[in-house]
Amino acid sequence: MIEEMSRIVRTITTLIYGFIAVYGFYVIIHGHLTPGGGFQGGAIVASAFALLLVTYGNKNTQSFLAKDILSLLESTGLVLFITFAFFGLGATFFYNFLSNSGGLFGSPATIGVNPGDLNTGGTITLMNMAVGLEVLAALGVIVLTMSVAAETIQKKEKP
Amino acid sequence: MIGNFPFVAVVILIGLGIYTLIFKKNLIKIAIGITLIENGTNLFLITLGYRKGAIAPIYTQAPEGVKMVLPTPQALTLTSIVIGVATTALILSIAMILYQKYGTLNTDEIRRLRG
Amino acid sequence: MKKSIFGIAFILFVAFMILAAFGMRPFGEPAFSEMDDYYIENAQAETGANNVVTTIVFDYRGFDTLGEATVLFTAVVGIVALFREVAK
Repeated sequence: MIEEMSRIVRTITTLIYGFIAVYGFYVIIHGHLTPGGGFQGGAIVASAFALLLVTYGNKNTQSFLAKDILSLLESTGLVLFITFAFFGLGATFFYNFLSNSGGLFGSPATIGVNPGDLNTGGTITLMNMAVGLEVLAALGVIVLTMSVAAETIQKKEKP
Repeated sequence: MIGNFPFVAVVILIGLGIYTLIFKKNLIKIAIGITLIENGTNLFLITLGYRKGAIAPIYTQAPEGVKMVLPTPQALTLTSIVIGVATTALILSIAMILYQKYGTLNTDEIRRLRG
Repeated sequence: MKKSIFGIAFILFVAFMILAAFGMRPFGEPAFSEMDDYYIENAQAETGANNVVTTIVFDYRGFDTLGEATVLFTAVVGIVALFREVAK
């Protein structure tokens, strides 16, 4: 992963990278209506990061994806997840206090087969976004750290 | 008896994984064997919750009056897949550090060298 | 010598597991399904989401998801700590 790939691969990557990221965020946000959710959508966005890393090499990607910002995002995601669990402590830990209540994500639900409404779901939708943020940043940090270490190990044992 | 074929596929996956763990000496091949065993276990969890002629447990645009598959094993499999990712990442990182310190990835030679 | 003992034990083990796979319940008839019937009936009325698997992961069994998020976080901490002295 030291030098970058040919011109065709670089052109296609600049065109497609945005679409993959938008598709990943769509799967995260609509987690309570269609198959998907936090973990699956986070893995899709992390695969967009891996595509960037393979195409452009190590040095050019580090000006675009900084490891410090991704680490901060990951910690924020986990702390947000635990905070949303603590808010319902009136009844239980992890109580869904926003569903069917008319508040932020609380439209009343229609029973049976229906095209989904985005405003439903309660704390499930908020937790989906928090876990999606955490998985996205965790897989990005893993891929970036291992590629920098692989390049350093390869350079040290050349002579 | 031929209807039990998913369980036989699980046994084949786990058997291949255990064969790789016992008889191969390279560290990367051992990591692939551990991944094979985890994939076989996830497949076994999902095939335990199937009902004949049923659809996925989602209410958005589902056909009317059809039974649904059991949703609990699918939730447990999600957790198991993420734990498998974490384990594989740590095994490969330890393999990279071992290669840097010993110069080889063969478990017989690493056992003999002892820094 | 050691390899042949391992080989025979491995073949016996796989044969035993294939026999157990043929003797299991027929594929497509789960054993006990009272809990899942309750989840399928009441998940849409109680939480308002259409996806039953997501409500099980985040609402009915949210504690396991907390443990899983902590495992992922711990793995990332371990990897960054392992490679701290390589990238100098």
